[in-house]
Amino acid sequence: MKRHNRQFRCPALSAPTAKALAVLVFCLVSICTRSLAQGGGLRFCLHAEPKTFDPLKVDDDASGAIRYLTGGVLVRENRQTQQLEPGLALSWKVSSDGREISFRLRSGVSFSDGTPFSAEDVAYTVQQLMDPALHSPTGDVFRSGAGSVETKVISQTQISIRFPAPVAGLAALFDQVAIMSVRSPKKEMAVLGPFMVGDYKPGSSVVLNRNPYYWKTDAQGRKLPYLDSIHLDIQPNRDVELLRFKREELDLINSLDSEYFDKVSASSPQVVHDAGPSLDSEQLWFNQVAKAPIPGYKRNWFRSTAFRRAISQAINRDDLSRVVYHGHAQPALGPFSPANKFWFNANLKPQIYSPETALKALQGEGFRMENGTLKDKEGNEVVFSIITNAGNKQREHMAVLIQDDLQKIGIHVNVVTLDFPSLIERMTQTFDYEAIILGLTNVDLDPNNEMNVWLSSSENHQWNPSQKTPETEWEAEIDRLMREQASAADLNKRKEAFDRVQEIVAEQQPFIFLINKNALSAVSTSVRGAAPVILWPQTYWNAESLMVAGK
Amino acid sequence: MSLWQKLACAALVLVVLASFAANWLAPAGYAHQYREATDAPPSRTHWLGTDELGRDRFARVLYGTRISLLLAPAAALLSTLLAALIGGIAGYLGGAWKRAAMAVTDLFLSLPWLFLLITARALLPLNVSPLVSVMVTFLLLGLLGWTSAARVLCASAALLRGSDFVRQARAAGINGRRLFWMHVLPNLKPVLFAQFWISIPVFILSEANLGILGLGVAEPMPSWGSLLKELEGLVSVGEEPWKFVPLILLVIVVTSFQILLSRQQEVAA
Repeated sequence: MKRHNRQFRCPALSAPTAKALAVLVFCLVSICTRSLAQGGGLRFCLHAEPKTFDPLKVDDDASGAIRYLTGGVLVRENRQTQQLEPGLALSWKVSSDGREISFRLRSGVSFSDGTPFSAEDVAYTVQQLMDPALHSPTGDVFRSGAGSVETKVISQTQISIRFPAPVAGLAALFDQVAIMSVRSPKKEMAVLGPFMVGDYKPGSSVVLNRNPYYWKTDAQGRKLPYLDSIHLDIQPNRDVELLRFKREELDLINSLDSEYFDKVSASSPQVVHDAGPSLDSEQLWFNQVAKAPIPGYKRNWFRSTAFRRAISQAINRDDLSRVVYHGHAQPALGPFSPANKFWFNANLKPQIYSPETALKALQGEGFRMENGTLKDKEGNEVVFSIITNAGNKQREHMAVLIQDDLQKIGIHVNVVTLDFPSLIERMTQTFDYEAIILGLTNVDLDPNNEMNVWLSSSENHQWNPSQKTPETEWEAEIDRLMREQASAADLNKRKEAFDRVQEIVAEQQPFIFLINKNALSAVSTSVRGAAPVILWPQTYWNAESLMVAGK
Repeated sequence: MSLWQKLACAALVLVVLASFAANWLAPAGYAHQYREATDAPPSRTHWLGTDELGRDRFARVLYGTRISLLLAPAAALLSTLLAALIGGIAGYLGGAWKRAAMAVTDLFLSLPWLFLLITARALLPLNVSPLVSVMVTFLLLGLLGWTSAARVLCASAALLRGSDFVRQARAAGINGRRLFWMHVLPNLKPVLFAQFWISIPVFILSEANLGILGLGVAEPMPSWGSLLKELEGLVSVGEEPWKFVPLILLVIVVTSFQILLSRQQEVAA
C-alpha cells in the first residue's frame, strides 16, 4: 500500500484526479487504437455511373469495382503474386480433360443478410451465369462449346461443374464469379465479399459498408475488413479527382496519368506509386483489309512483312517512353507485357531502334530514296496517315514522335486526330484508314481472353478482321496455336503454344507494339496496408486489409 | 485616332511583323524536336522554353501566330463575301427571296457549329498535308461562318431598298443589277467592314476551340489553338507562367481588333 502511494504521489495532482486522468488517457488510447484497428472510411472515385449491382451482368469498370469489393468468389487471383488463392473454396481440382472442376467449400460462411452459404448457392450462380437469356458477359468466357453446363451438388460443401467442352484456365475464371444466394430474398444485394452496398445516390456516390458476416480473419484472428465503409464518389473528370486528392478529400487514385504522377511526386513523393509496367499496351497497325478503300500499292506496302518490320525498327520506343510517358512506360516487346509473369515469352528480343537498318531493309525490297523522300518500286512516294483518337494526349504525342522518326527514313506521315466514334467507324465499318494508334487494356492474365483479337475470323482481328479463311500462312498458324492453347488442359502445353504465337507476332509485326504503360497510382499517407500492384484494381486489391488513420 | 487605338494598331503591327520574321527570329523551326530538353523552362536557347515534345515554344508561337493571323482574315473575308451575296441580295430583293434566304440562314444558325465542324473534319480525306489541313480548317470556318453577318446585311440592305435615293435611282430608270452594284453595295461598305473585323477574332477563337479538341490544324504545324492546348493541365499552369504567352497574345490581338473595330464603327457612324 505504501509503495503504491509513493508511485502515484504527485505534488500537483490528487489521487482521484490522477485516476481520472489515467482513465481519460486510457479512453483516448483505446479510441485511437480502435480507429486504426477498425480502419475508418476510405474514399475514392469511380469514373462512371455503375450500370448494375448484379455481379453476373457486370460489363463496365464501375460495376466491376463494386463487384470486386462486395462479391465473394470461390477462387481469388492474388493481384500481387498473380497466383490463385482459396476464397470461398478451400480447394479445387480440374479434371484431366479440362471439362470439369470440383470445389470443396468453406463451411460456416454466411451472406451479408445472414443467410447461410452452401454448394446450392454455387450451383444456382452457375446456372444463372450460363443462362442464355441473361446474356452475362462474365458467363461468355465459360462458353466453350455447344451444350449445357451441368452442376452436381455432392454435399453442402462439395460441388462439381461440368462444361460441354474444355475451358482453358478454368479455375482462374472463377475469380470473376461472385456467388449469389439461392435463398436470400435480397438476391444480388446479399453478398459474400468484405463490403455490401449501403447507399446509392445516382450520379453522386455509392457507399459500401462493412459486411458483418464476412468470413475472413487476419493473421491475429481479427475479423476483416478493417474499414467501416468505402465511399465511392462518381466523378468522371480526372482533373477534379486529382485536385480533390491533393486537398485530401480522397484517399487514393487507382490510375494516374504520367504527367500528373510527376506533378504530384514533386510535392508529395511519398503518396505516388509506380508499380512498373502494366498489362496495357499501345500499338500501331496498318490496314491490311483486302476491300479497304486505299490504293493498291499502299495495301502492298502494308501487307509486306519487311515493310512493317522496317517501320517497327525505325521507331524510337525509348523516346516514346521517356518523352511521352516521362519514363513511366517501357518499350513493348510483344502482345503480353513482362508484367504477365507466367504468360510472357521471355525469349522475345527487344526491337533495336535503327533507322539505318530499317532503310537498308526497305532498299532491299526495292524502295529507294530520292531527295529525302522514300519511293517504292513504281515510283510512288511513301506517304501514309496515322489516325488516333482526339483528346488522348499520349497517343497524339506518340504519333508526332513517330512522324518525326519516319521522316528520317524519308517516309512522310500525316497525323490525323478524329473523334472516337468516327475513328471506330473507319476501323470497323468502312476500313477507310491507313494506320492507327490505339491501345489494348488487359485486365486478365490468360491469353484465352484474347482469342477475339488473334483469331483471323474474329471481328476484333483489327488489321484484317473477319477473314473467311486465314489469308496468310502465319495467321493460319496463329489460329491453330490459339485453338490449341484454348483446348489443352496442360498449362505447360498452353504456354508453349502461346509462346510461339508471341514469336510469330514479333516476326510479322501485324501490331507494332510500342510501349507498355506503367501502373501509376496515388495513395494518401493516411491509408495503411496499401501495396499498389500492376493488376486491376491496383490500389484497393487488398481492400479488406486497408485501414485509414485519423478518420 | 485615340491613344488606345494607336496602341492597338502598334500591337497588331508588332505581332504581325514578329510572326513574319519567324524564320529569322527562331531559325530552329517549329517542328524540330529537342528530345533531350522536353518541357524545358525559358533559357537563352529557348526563350519560351520547349513544349512536351521538346519543340521550341517561341518558334511555335511565332509560326502559329503567322498561320492564325493569315488565315483568320482570309476566312473572315470569305464569310463576309458570302454574307454580302446571300444577305445583301436577299435584303435588296425582299419578298419571297428574303424569306427564303433568311430561312436558310436560320437553318444554318440552328446547327450546332462545333459538331458540324467535327463531322466535316472527320469526313475529309485523311492523307492531306498539314498545310492543306490548316487551309481546309479555315475554309470550313469561312464557309460555315457567314450566317450572323448575313442577317445583319440583309436588314441593312432592306433599309437601303426603301431609302429615298434608291427610289429616285429606280425612278430614273436604272436597272436592278446596276442599282445593287453601284448604289446599294457601296452603302453597305461600313457594315461589311464591321462584319469582317468582327469575324476575325471569332474565327481565331473557333480555330482555337477546334485545336483544343485536337481537331484543328494538323501536327506538327502550330496554331494558336494547338498552343492553347498546353493550358489543359490544371495542375501545371500556375507553376509555368510562360505557357500563358499564346493566350496573352490571343487576348492582345483580339482586343486590338475590337478597339480598331470600334474606330471603324465611329467612322461608319
